[in-house]
Amino acid sequence: MDPVILFFLFGLTAGLLRSELKLPGALYDSLTIFLLLAIGLKGGQGLATQPLAPLVPQIGAVIALGCVQTLIAFAVLRWLFRFDRPNAAATSAHYGSVSVATFAVAAAWFAARAIPVEPQMAVILAVMEVPAILVGIVLARGVDKDTDWKALGHEAFLGKGVTLLLGGMAIGWAAGPKGLEPISGLYFDLFKGILALFLLEMGLIVSRQVGELRRRGLSLIAFGIGMPLVSAGLGLATGWLLGLSVGGTAMLATLAASASYIAVPAAMRIAVPQANPAVSLAGSLGVTFPFNIVAGIPLYHWMASRLAGATP
Amino acid sequence: MTPPAPLHTERRTLLTLFSEAAVEPLLVRDMDRLGIGGYTISDARGKGSRGVRDAAWDEARNIRVEVICARAQAETLLAHLQARYFANYAMVATLSEVEVLRPGKF
Repeated sequence: MDPVILFFLFGLTAGLLRSELKLPGALYDSLTIFLLLAIGLKGGQGLATQPLAPLVPQIGAVIALGCVQTLIAFAVLRWLFRFDRPNAAATSAHYGSVSVATFAVAAAWFAARAIPVEPQMAVILAVMEVPAILVGIVLARGVDKDTDWKALGHEAFLGKGVTLLLGGMAIGWAAGPKGLEPISGLYFDLFKGILALFLLEMGLIVSRQVGELRRRGLSLIAFGIGMPLVSAGLGLATGWLLGLSVGGTAMLATLAASASYIAVPAAMRIAVPQANPAVSLAGSLGVTFPFNIVAGIPLYHWMASRLAGATP
Repeated sequence: MTPPAPLHTERRTLLTLFSEAAVEPLLVRDMDRLGIGGYTISDARGKGSRGVRDAAWDEARNIRVEVICARAQAETLLAHLQARYFANYAMVATLSEVEVLRPGKF
């Protein structure tokens, strides 16, 4: 098994055993900033060597993908799982958006197997953070006059995640592969080691979701595994329609299957205060994140390979 | 050695509030709008009716806000907090009387 996954399982086990192990909150912040910048730089340096025009239809397609996923998740939560409206809307926004940690694990997984992935997946990661937030807010309370769209837009587009990804990408694009060489030791060579440390922390955080999962019973676990499978199917179809490589299609499926835990919880807490954040996070962090990094990524890659094999 | 000059203190009200870090930007905007001249915000962690808040990551962070101002202003702010936040957010707010030097600052 991949060592980064073992770090995650170590953190999870330590947390479940109520070990004294605790990483400082500032370290979690620092590692998140590093991962976002590194992903942005990597994507930006790749974009510097190719034309940008083909990106336009791809960005349009993934925005639609994010919106459709949110709507499906909302319908399922509302009518199959009997969630109330605010909780269904907030949770569906988590599932329509994306997880940077899952992307990072997938990037490391593909790199370890020398599977090429299009550099614009970093752009797609940044783009896919946002639409679900806006759709989720509209689902929660309709389009009313009191909605402070300016503040919400600010939160959605200029949150920590999107800012760092786009900033890193701009730097990577402007500097190009040659220009990034002096800093590539830190941002590229050490990426996996730092990701491992980050996943240790994620394991500890995930272990804290267990209490809420126990309260919710099996329904949240069923949704947390079923929804990413549906989303991955949509992501595979989108990747195939866009003509992405096998790696790119698998990465898009992984992004579609992943559920946010950075941008969306913060935005939903402000925009939909009636929703209980513990429910959404127990699903996205407690179930979907571990499922995706342990079983999902290899599965989505296998499905993308089959899809490519079926359509020569 | 001359004895120190007697201290001339005046009474003001200290509003102390504990809440989740997610609402900090909203609170700052509210306090500016209500004309609060100054406040101090610090990171906090603890336990309450909504469970343990251990500040290990974004969603588990709490803040503590302290505002010293005139009684009427503190009551206006407290009433606003009650109407706007108490129902849906983890929030505890208290008022207490304090004595301050340089009353013009508050």
